[in-house]
Amino acid sequence: MDDLLELGDRLVTMAAPDEQVEVVLGAGRGTSVRAYDGEIEAFTSATSRAIGVRVVVDGRQGFASAGTLDDGVAVETLAEARDNALFAQPDEHVGLAEPDGVEPIPLDPWSPVVGEMTDGERIELAIDLERRVRSGDPRITGVRSASYGDAQSTGAIVSSTGIRVAGRSTHAGVSVLALAADGDDTTTGYGYDSGRDHTDLDIERVADDAVERSTAMLGATKPASARLAIVLEPRFAASLLGIAAGMLSGERVLKGRSPFAERLGEKIAAPMLTLVDDPTDARSIAADDHDGEGLATRRNVLFAAGELRTFLYDSYSARRAGTASTASAVRSARSTPSVGIQALAVEPGTGSVDDLVGGIDLGIAVHSMSGLHSGVNAVSGDFSVGVEGHMIRAGARAEPVREATIASTIPRMLLDLRAIADDLTWLPSGAAMCTMAIDGVTLGGT
Amino acid sequence: MIDEAIVERTLGAALRTGGDFAEVFVEDKRSSSAMYDDGKVEELTSGRDRGAGIRVVVGDTTGFAHTADLSEPGLAAAAEAAAAAARGGGGGERVVSLERRSTEPPNEVEILPETIPKASKVELLGRADSAARAQGSAISQVMARYADSRRRILVANSDGLLAGDDQVKSLFSISCVASGDTGLQTGRESIGATVGFELFDTYDIEELARRAAQRALTKLDAVPAPSGEMPVVIGKGGGGVLFHEACGHGLEADLVNKNASVFAGRVGQQVANPLVTLVDDGTMAKEWGCYAIDDEGRPAQRNTLIENGVLTDYMWDHLRARKEGRESSGNGRRQSYQHLPMVRMTNTFIGNGPDDPDDIVAGTERGVFVAQLGGGQVNTATGDFVFGMTEAYLIEDGKITAPLREGNLIGNGPEVLTRIDALGNDFAMGSPGTCGKDGQGVPVGDGTPTLRVARLTVGGTAA
Repeated sequence: MDDLLELGDRLVTMAAPDEQVEVVLGAGRGTSVRAYDGEIEAFTSATSRAIGVRVVVDGRQGFASAGTLDDGVAVETLAEARDNALFAQPDEHVGLAEPDGVEPIPLDPWSPVVGEMTDGERIELAIDLERRVRSGDPRITGVRSASYGDAQSTGAIVSSTGIRVAGRSTHAGVSVLALAADGDDTTTGYGYDSGRDHTDLDIERVADDAVERSTAMLGATKPASARLAIVLEPRFAASLLGIAAGMLSGERVLKGRSPFAERLGEKIAAPMLTLVDDPTDARSIAADDHDGEGLATRRNVLFAAGELRTFLYDSYSARRAGTASTASAVRSARSTPSVGIQALAVEPGTGSVDDLVGGIDLGIAVHSMSGLHSGVNAVSGDFSVGVEGHMIRAGARAEPVREATIASTIPRMLLDLRAIADDLTWLPSGAAMCTMAIDGVTLGGT
Repeated sequence: MIDEAIVERTLGAALRTGGDFAEVFVEDKRSSSAMYDDGKVEELTSGRDRGAGIRVVVGDTTGFAHTADLSEPGLAAAAEAAAAAARGGGGGERVVSLERRSTEPPNEVEILPETIPKASKVELLGRADSAARAQGSAISQVMARYADSRRRILVANSDGLLAGDDQVKSLFSISCVASGDTGLQTGRESIGATVGFELFDTYDIEELARRAAQRALTKLDAVPAPSGEMPVVIGKGGGGVLFHEACGHGLEADLVNKNASVFAGRVGQQVANPLVTLVDDGTMAKEWGCYAIDDEGRPAQRNTLIENGVLTDYMWDHLRARKEGRESSGNGRRQSYQHLPMVRMTNTFIGNGPDDPDDIVAGTERGVFVAQLGGGQVNTATGDFVFGMTEAYLIEDGKITAPLREGNLIGNGPEVLTRIDALGNDFAMGSPGTCGKDGQGVPVGDGTPTLRVARLTVGGTAA
């Protein structure tokens, strides 16, 4: 990390008196193994380097980046960012983050285990995962891919406004896509997990999950269209609330791209919804002590008992809105910061998942979702995605269905939230979510 | 870009532990973009990436390593890492002698973007903003983006191949927000081609901006889309996304090979209405998905995948073709030197059919007309796919009527191919797209004439 900070320092000292310079640096090494049919299909060893330089002069911002930490290229990158700044139009609110006195919570998302692992152990993990899936059920006909990967990353942000932070982290993950068949009927099921190193991974649960998800969909048919309740298990609740929370970006609000602008302090969700974005919680794999502009992260309450409490801001949007940054800048070294969510966590309900399902007369328990990028519009709020799942009839899980859509709007779904269960789950994405039920959704089928 | 002798020695190092095949892929990419938002030029950005990916294949195992260090020791270290990963059995010295092969690019680039002053690129953005806002006071926000890239690649492998390509692309997109009593609506247009700054001699930026604004304005009157199965007419150009998802991915040999495609084992069978001839063509001059050579050094080809409804072939990359003892079809692509190549589409399209597009709509009693499609997604194993409609209308009594709110449509690839019952004579290519597969994005094009699917499920909220 010291070498990253030193390179950052060198570039920042080159800032002209009337100029702000921010340097973001990253370096990492990673290994991944893909198993197929009991053998290694692909083994990748990767090293990555990145530098991003942002220059602000007279309210004009320019940015340049490169995939190396070579000294000469770094200096050229600064020059290019400086040149780019000349062509932007001035905006009095444009500027780098300034230290705001908030102390970072101590976090060390680094496991030495990743660096001590042998390639043989990595390979065994991927092959073991594939073997477990293939032998998990006689109806499993294959595995499209079973992968294990890990990475060690370091990063630093240095700016002429006094930001100087560095950090390091490790990450390990597995994923598998199982194929099941019964006659001509083929289905798939996806399982995954992530952690700081491989000892955090529950390979058996991932394998069981992929097997269960694929075999459960065998015999699925297309359902009849209906208006009903949907049940979203934690991973899909995270997708939905992630989109909703993204609409609370202060930048979107300021630029007229959020249907929730002007709604601060109003009850725009059902009273059972309390939702925070909290990257300071070490239980989240997405926990981080600093945001993308080097400010200490903080716990932001988005919804308290259904009431909209705050929008999220980076330093630009905060300055423009006349408020303080919520330390919600997200970015890589290859891009300028933008406002984003970091580690969503929902407050669990009190009833069990069985209770939640038991109270539903007609519904669908969603098993997979597709088209989140093509049928959801965060500006208009329209929500329509493809699903597979099981029908719920008279409080009990009934027949499997596929090739159907569910549709509503995000603002309506927040209000139509019917129940949140007590099964708080820390997801591989970093979100902490529970199973949820939402009323009044249209199922599109035959 | 790099000394041939160094590449030869690197390949030798990669084969030292007994690999069957080794490859060095070198890439030097520069990109620049300019963003206009909220009434002003927000920022210009530039990016630079230079590095090499080295792979070694032993049996069915691939070892891969990449590095941003293009010095001989840097390449040798990557070659060693790739070779160790592939864990070959034998060993010894292998000498590779490279023979340079040149492939004509599909088109020449007239004006390299790097020769155009930044001020000229920025000027386009302001023009687009003004044209969009002039469409009405309901246009409340406009975002416009200019981007160009130049990607130089060199591919060398242990078969002695040495080939290079210089790929220049230009892109312009505009997104508008309209605001009214019913809330906010969006409209988007984009153009992109494998050309330089001459793109803007061909296209009128103001006209593009007006169209994006009109799409947003039209939707202020949108009613909830219906839900359930009905006839769906897709306007010219956009339908390519449907074929890309409904069958394109399922015809990629890596998925077929793993039995992860509903189209596995179906070559020679009637899989679509005889109206349908589906082609994937990496040689289409100037199109978003064209190139001289793929990322394995193979010249781009025009490949007929479905002819008069009969499945004729899959798409192939080097590995999958070698396994089957045939030639690659020139579809081996990768996002960057940091990625392994795999089978990918290029420009995928359906040619003209016999029908007048107006007659197709007039012959549809009740259904949905999709004027602009968003992205899509497919599960190749089941064949189920979705695609978004970003501008659509009801068809009532053979006439296009009320605009609809956005949503997805869902169908099953093999079923939808047989349900295409009308194909227009107004072929057009669609918007430039980025196709994602296993975490890698590559530029692709697609096109179709107006067409009708007799039955498809529309995912709206109305009964």
